[in-house]
Amino acid sequence: MTDTAWIDAALTSARPQAVGALLRYFRDLDRAEEAYQNACLRALKSWPQNGPPRDPAAWLIMVGRNVGIDDIRRSRKQEALPDDDQAISDLDDAEDALAERLDGSHYRDDILRLLFICCHPDLPPTQQIALALRIVSGLSVKQIARAFLVSEAAMEQRITRAKARVADAKVPFEAPGAAERSERLASVAAMIYLIFNEGYSASGDTAEIRSPLCEEAIRLARLLLRLFQSEPEIMGLTALLLLQHARAAARFDADGAVILLEDQDRRLWNQTLIAEGLALIDKAMRHRRSGPYQVQAAISALHARAEKPEDTDWLQIELLYGALEIMQPSPVVTLNRAVAVSKVRGPEAALEMIDPLAQRLQNYFHFYGVRGAFLMQLGRNEEARVAFDRAIALANTTAEAAHIRMHLDRLIRDSQPRGAKSSKK
Amino acid sequence: MLYAILCYHDEDMVGSWTKEQDATVMKKLAVVQEKLAQQGRLGPVARLLPTTAATTLRKDDPPLVLDGPFAETKEQLLGFYVVDCKNLDEALDVARDLGAANPGGAYEIRPVGVFNPGSVQT
Repeated sequence: MTDTAWIDAALTSARPQAVGALLRYFRDLDRAEEAYQNACLRALKSWPQNGPPRDPAAWLIMVGRNVGIDDIRRSRKQEALPDDDQAISDLDDAEDALAERLDGSHYRDDILRLLFICCHPDLPPTQQIALALRIVSGLSVKQIARAFLVSEAAMEQRITRAKARVADAKVPFEAPGAAERSERLASVAAMIYLIFNEGYSASGDTAEIRSPLCEEAIRLARLLLRLFQSEPEIMGLTALLLLQHARAAARFDADGAVILLEDQDRRLWNQTLIAEGLALIDKAMRHRRSGPYQVQAAISALHARAEKPEDTDWLQIELLYGALEIMQPSPVVTLNRAVAVSKVRGPEAALEMIDPLAQRLQNYFHFYGVRGAFLMQLGRNEEARVAFDRAIALANTTAEAAHIRMHLDRLIRDSQPRGAKSSKK
Repeated sequence: MLYAILCYHDEDMVGSWTKEQDATVMKKLAVVQEKLAQQGRLGPVARLLPTTAATTLRKDDPPLVLDGPFAETKEQLLGFYVVDCKNLDEALDVARDLGAANPGGAYEIRPVGVFNPGSVQT
């Protein structure tokens, strides 16, 4: 690797810790970010000449802090007469920075706080995600705009607005208590899941542009797990993201059309990601403290473990969806369970299960897609066509619409020699 | 004499490499490995998954299962090689070659006491 590539990787990996510590120190997000940026500029000058520091994050925190203090002092001098505050020697700071590094709990809470302020409840999810990618991951506005398929100017505005809101809100700087910490952890986990979904729900033609969102979510999930090694739900979350992302290369065909799980070329699944995901779900299960992420990861794991679609343990999957329904009652979960039911007990039972959901899911694309598929399996082609038509009208992406159209084409093809077929029966 | 070359690196940093950077490093390492393999000196090689996937069994009574790696360190054990070398100098040469392909971090060079090549087929 070239020098600059090495430095880039070092700056990226040190960022959450460094910005987190600077935020605790300055209690102001803009100032913390600016101090970090300035420290990075110095790193780019100093590291190629003097070689890399042993601990890049500690270096950046120390330098960032000094630069920030200088800035504050300078602006004070412009405002009023210099107050004779104590000079801060580099030596003191070096020692402070070292002490800071040794304090593992600080480090943990710093990063958690940094992630947590991005999930402020006043921020709509899209702003939360954009803010986290900018502040914690350090992606450029341009990179984020590209992943969200919006203009750079629009994204700049979104992030500026989000920052202003966060600045107005009270960010808690005290070390959190146990209950508070677990609450923060849950919000942060939800946000990481959102980032992932933003990339995962991309259509075929944009999947590649948006896949950095999935990768970034995985990086953040691993980071969070490293800070909270024994949290089964964080293991579950990380496992879920890894197992889902492992299928990335198999999810779309060359034209960007969706390939369903059972039709995917499983040789394209990334076995390294699967191995990591399975290891994590195994670890999580040992804690016997189940939760929605673990259950979803366990479902994903059953798919990953099936070498061929027909090896899939649908019975177990149905049970897991049943567990998820109890933890997180939602018509969408029931809809997913119905798919498993259709494999275990047939489409009729599945159809019966989803009928009561019709009203609540009346604007949900997948409801009509799934319903149409069940009806088609039962040979109720006319009703299936109605459901598929509705699905196309509700499709969010061209790939979704194209996929349903494929079903419709099959229906039309099957129904043409209708007389011949029905007479056989 | 067999030497184990244990690879330590900052996991966060390795995780921040782009796919291209990662692939470049692996390609360069493959060149070094290939040379050793041709000389018949290369034993098992492993790249380990992140420490978040690790579990530690403390051999207390009863044994205690802990999440995470054995030790929390700045740099983590990310993989290892087993290489046949005449002496430490030769082992250090191999480590230097590997280091040129994969900068940063450190290698711990440990002579192997008992070696069982195992029977795993991959």
